[in-house]
Amino acid sequence: MSEGMVLEGNAWRYGRDIDTDVIIPARYLTATTPEELGPHCLEDLDPEFANKVQPGDIIVAEENFGSGSSREHAPLAIKGCGVSCVIASSFARIFYRNSINVGLPILECPQAVKDVETGHRLRVDLEAGTVENLTTGNKFQAQPFPDFMREIISRGGLVEYVRERLRESKAGGA
Amino acid sequence: MGLTITEKIFSNHLGRTVRAGELVVSEVDFMMGQDGTSPLAIQAFRELGGRRVHDPSRVVMVIDHSAPSPLEGISNLHAMMRRFAAEQGVHLYDVGCGVCHCLLPEQGHVVPGDIVIGADSHTTTYGAINAFSTGVGSTDLAAAMLTGRLWFKVPETLRLVLRGTLPAGVFSKDVALFLAGKLTADGANYLAVEYGGEVISSLSVEARFTISNMAVEMGAKAGLMEADEKTLKWISRRTARSFSPVAPDPDASYREVLEFDLRELSPQVALPHRVDNVKPVEEVEGIPIQEAVIGTCTNGRLEDLEVAARILAGRRVSPEVRLVVAPASRQVLLQAMEKGVVQRLVEAGAALVTPGCGPCVGTHNGIPADGERVISTANRNFKGRMGNANADIYLASPATVAASAVAGKITDPRRLL
Repeated sequence: MSEGMVLEGNAWRYGRDIDTDVIIPARYLTATTPEELGPHCLEDLDPEFANKVQPGDIIVAEENFGSGSSREHAPLAIKGCGVSCVIASSFARIFYRNSINVGLPILECPQAVKDVETGHRLRVDLEAGTVENLTTGNKFQAQPFPDFMREIISRGGLVEYVRERLRESKAGGA
Repeated sequence: MGLTITEKIFSNHLGRTVRAGELVVSEVDFMMGQDGTSPLAIQAFRELGGRRVHDPSRVVMVIDHSAPSPLEGISNLHAMMRRFAAEQGVHLYDVGCGVCHCLLPEQGHVVPGDIVIGADSHTTTYGAINAFSTGVGSTDLAAAMLTGRLWFKVPETLRLVLRGTLPAGVFSKDVALFLAGKLTADGANYLAVEYGGEVISSLSVEARFTISNMAVEMGAKAGLMEADEKTLKWISRRTARSFSPVAPDPDASYREVLEFDLRELSPQVALPHRVDNVKPVEEVEGIPIQEAVIGTCTNGRLEDLEVAARILAGRRVSPEVRLVVAPASRQVLLQAMEKGVVQRLVEAGAALVTPGCGPCVGTHNGIPADGERVISTANRNFKGRMGNANADIYLASPATVAASAVAGKITDPRRLL
């Protein structure tokens, strides 16, 4: 996720409590890369989704997106099918953390969720934290990330963040 | 203003007073990965440039989700875990040892006051023995294996006070389902839950695990209980580690304190496809079922198998039903064998499978057919959870599941106890 990134895509609108079992069923956990997982994303909920989703599209869902299992395959599958960002009224805790760790942009913005229907054209400014519905003409401000997470995000995820910290501690002779 | 159990545990680890809302980096006392999540953690560990696990004695890996392996692809992931564990000197619980959340406390790895992470959402289980214990993803586990530490946002706490005594035929699983129904699937999102009251004191440590296990079904980050005499006795028999239990201050600051009187509680059932879609058994009796499952990290412990055996003794599983029993650990299986529990279950027609997660996560051991209904002691009934999106899963206590297996339909266990 680079600075000032603006994403644009069509919305795929879902309800509340979209759990990680339905995002990527356990029968596919033999795969470990976004490319292998992507084609099965949400297949038990919406079998057409993975076929029809276009690169850059945006998942929009109600409360508690990503509840259930801690499987990191869930944000990887979403990335793997080309989705650029998930906007939800709220996220389940482990999914929220996993998404940041693997570099999947997510935004908590209940007002935008209420405004969006499947097929609406959305523009998301991750730096400003804004969601613009180009179909309805409405614009919304998402919850900002805490500073600590912004630091992880700005380094492109936890792997890079830790690598950098390790390099610093070695350079410091610690 | 006083501190919650969570704030005290973090304060003890950081050597200063820590309050809810703070972002902290803390030592992790123990960490765990299972076979669904460890492969990605190992991959992330390598990407991080990791060569040596920071402290192998504080890490275990468990092969429980697909054990023994039903597929070549999974076999290869298991082999990858075995190689990593051997290379790093990390203990690996291999096929047949049991479910991670039964094993870690049973084998004495977790003690009161600990901070524990597991790459599995049901890591909240060990809150029942007074540990701050939470599920994380694979990358977090990798970072913690490498550094021994992890960042946390110290959560606010929701205190649930459970009053009264549970009626006969009503168990800790019914309490966990009742609370999920009342609080809903995200009612405790980002929060720690503290459970207290006479109901908790009256339960065995085993039964308490069931409640903390399902804290995550309300979105909770942890599900903590105080350590009482029962806890200390239970732990002391299992660990050589020293520890100091943590109690909340009387004037601790909570997000909310909720009281529930459970004297009139009925056996509870969660209906498809949501754990918080909970009804008393009276309202769902008679729904035909084709599969029944007893086991999992929620309800695969000895007393769970015992209550099922009590109901099944001298009865037969309905010819319309497959009853799959998965003891939660080898130790549980051995004890159940010694006590004749396994004999009674198998005589009644149960199919016994390897200690482990069994069919709960949908990779093997009893994937339902299209249109079938399953009643299970597991913690999740999401669409597709057991491997078939066209099947329905109902969740209940071991007693309700055993009674339903006998009758071939959802049945109030109080009729058979």
